[in-house]
Amino acid sequence: VSSSRWLILAHFWSAFAGFGAALLLGAWQMFVRSPLSAPLGDPEWYYRSVTAHGTTMAYVMPTLVAMGYGYFVAEAVLKRKLIGLHWAWVGFALVAVGTVMAIAPVALGLASVLYTFYPPLIGNPFYYIGVVLVVVGSWIWVALMWVNMYRWKQQNPGAPVPLAMFATVAGSLLWGWTAVGAAIELLFQIIPVAMGWRSTIDAGLARVFFSWTLHAIVYFWLMPTYIAYYTIVPRAIGGRLFSDTMGRLAFVLFLVVAMPIGVHHLFEDPQVGSGFKFLHSVFTALVSIPTLLTVFTICASVEIAGRLRGGKGVLGWLGALPWHNPVMLGAALSFVMLGFGGAGGLINMSYQLDSTIHNTQWVTGHFHLIFAGAIVIMYFVIAYDIWPHLTGRALDSFRLMRAQLWTWFAGMIVLTFPWHYVGVLGMPRRMAFYDYTDPAIAGQAAWVIMSVIGGAILVVSGALFFIVLARGQLAARVEPGVYRFSVAVHPPHTLPAALNGFGLWVGLMMALTIVNYGFPIAHIWATQGTAVPAVLVGSRP
Amino acid sequence: MSEAPARPSRNVWARVSIGITAAIALVGAVAGFAWLPMSQPQGQFGDVWNAICSAAGLVYRTPAGEPPAQAAYRTTDVEVTPQMLRGAGAEAVGRGATLALRCSMCHGVQGLSGIPNLAGEQAIAIYKQLIDFQTGARASAVMRPLVTSLGDADMRDLAVYYAYLPRQPDARRDSGTPPRIVADGAPMRGIAPCGACHGTLESKAGAPLLGGQPASYLHNQLVAFASGARSNDISQQMRNVARAMTPVEIDSASQFYADQP
Repeated sequence: VSSSRWLILAHFWSAFAGFGAALLLGAWQMFVRSPLSAPLGDPEWYYRSVTAHGTTMAYVMPTLVAMGYGYFVAEAVLKRKLIGLHWAWVGFALVAVGTVMAIAPVALGLASVLYTFYPPLIGNPFYYIGVVLVVVGSWIWVALMWVNMYRWKQQNPGAPVPLAMFATVAGSLLWGWTAVGAAIELLFQIIPVAMGWRSTIDAGLARVFFSWTLHAIVYFWLMPTYIAYYTIVPRAIGGRLFSDTMGRLAFVLFLVVAMPIGVHHLFEDPQVGSGFKFLHSVFTALVSIPTLLTVFTICASVEIAGRLRGGKGVLGWLGALPWHNPVMLGAALSFVMLGFGGAGGLINMSYQLDSTIHNTQWVTGHFHLIFAGAIVIMYFVIAYDIWPHLTGRALDSFRLMRAQLWTWFAGMIVLTFPWHYVGVLGMPRRMAFYDYTDPAIAGQAAWVIMSVIGGAILVVSGALFFIVLARGQLAARVEPGVYRFSVAVHPPHTLPAALNGFGLWVGLMMALTIVNYGFPIAHIWATQGTAVPAVLVGSRP
Repeated sequence: MSEAPARPSRNVWARVSIGITAAIALVGAVAGFAWLPMSQPQGQFGDVWNAICSAAGLVYRTPAGEPPAQAAYRTTDVEVTPQMLRGAGAEAVGRGATLALRCSMCHGVQGLSGIPNLAGEQAIAIYKQLIDFQTGARASAVMRPLVTSLGDADMRDLAVYYAYLPRQPDARRDSGTPPRIVADGAPMRGIAPCGACHGTLESKAGAPLLGGQPASYLHNQLVAFASGARSNDISQQMRNVARAMTPVEIDSASQFYADQP
């Protein structure tokens, strides 16, 4: 990994710079809506901040991590130079320019529409065009990942594509298709209104298109984390991957069942029929299959490592694990958060139970626990693992790394558990101001303050993360050697074509999208009188 | 392993995976579109086809000849969009200035009289009120006879003319921090901040800027909305807010905006 190390470092540093800024915004948001602070004179500042936090954390940071990590995997596991290095830089430039273009109007208060857009709210067109550029830049990465795998398969006919590359391409294809929904919404619905070419918008149809993107985007964020579970964790703790085939199955299943399920975000929306809501609920439940396959395979792989290290008995291998190793610690903490987050997710995806927590702070707690918790903690682990190979310098502040991972875990639990609780009590999300003097919600004040403390712990953890990376940048030069990925107990020698390529699975993904989304979209589109006047944000009418 | 021998096994994978996916989709569809709707205790669907259409989200249309529900009072006909007066130029302002001669006796030569003030008001808000006075959606014994003869173009011209006039000079004292009802609303009672639409924080199409209007006028309008005496707000936006406001909040919001420039 030499020719493209600057490319990969540029992706990671940009991702983490955005992450650091957005983390501070998040902690500030927690504070201003808590009883600790006087109400904000101008709630508009709160919505600016939420929009910038969401846009950076949802669109920019994970996309750059997935792209950078994808380039790293492609070179390291295929053992050849990246094809299309120049195109990769073009993609990066598009993401960088798009980010600045999107965040500038948000900072100026011209696009406080939240990262989920919420039409009929309409902000400054540069915000949306910036987001489109970020997506287009990432589509270049999607194409490059596929090209690199395809060329490798041509030159190694019949050989199994290494799992890390197979999974990376699965994630990129998932993103390529799932981003289409939001792209249609932006290009054909929102941007024409933002440019002033139209004055009304079909908000219901726009929400259906966004839901196409909104759920599978989470699995796109999740992909680097899952790739790290399968290809970093067993190697880093001195074990073997329990099953290579199980990994491939999990990734292709994500491709099929993670995509056409977004209507579970629209359970309370009137424009989609109850039959389709139920169908999406069924397919959402199927996401548990690749998730549980992964939990089983990784636990089994970790057990192998524990036994190789001399662990005995039913649970004795747990104690023999290298808990001082940040990869081991990070993966374990990630699993705990994935477990709690997944359990909460069962409520969200259930058509009936969702009505008890819909639009409450519970949902915010859920996706922070899954994304900011289980997923992002593995982004830290990935950075710690590959940093020496990118910088050629030792990264050995192990105590600091452990402190960082523990504080991130503790902060995330302290942040999100009270959110879940006040959500059950009915606290709405996306609000700048709560009147804690009202007896009806006075009892929630203490829980909200707890969340503020959680946010503060996360800021400390974020600072530790930057200190670890900065110390690595100043450390002595080392020869990191060849980067290794996990080896399976039984490495694959031959594979059925279905587990060595994506034609079948991409076909299924698209077919299911048509089955689950085709009729609702066509029906709303064909129904007259569904458009409403746009509400312009940040501009005087 | 080469691609050729892999063909048969690929077909097995394809058959099995497509078969399982299709079976799940089919079972889910039968349950979601027919079985669950038909199991509802009310039995409101009658037959399976009705249940499927409902579950698919088809819109029930009022049969031809059946009139839609009507309010017992006159409601507004205006559909407000931010762009509805876009493109009005200097000529429209000029025509509006001529037409405004008939308004100046009460509203002042410069549009500043406290009856209320029209100078620098949002054009869309003025236009909407003129239409509502004309149709009777907003009742006023004084305004109605004065607007009956106005055509749509006249009302547009008047609106852009008054919007074009300078607002009153900033000589008034700024009352400083807005009261909580203006800045934060009252979330527990479903009241959005006044300032989110009417100026101070943000302004929205059709929601008049309130700064500098007489406190008595604002107070009277809020009371009229609360009692239902005024009902030309779209979808009861203002009636819902005014009904939930306390008398103290009505006074403080009116006074705050009256003191604003």
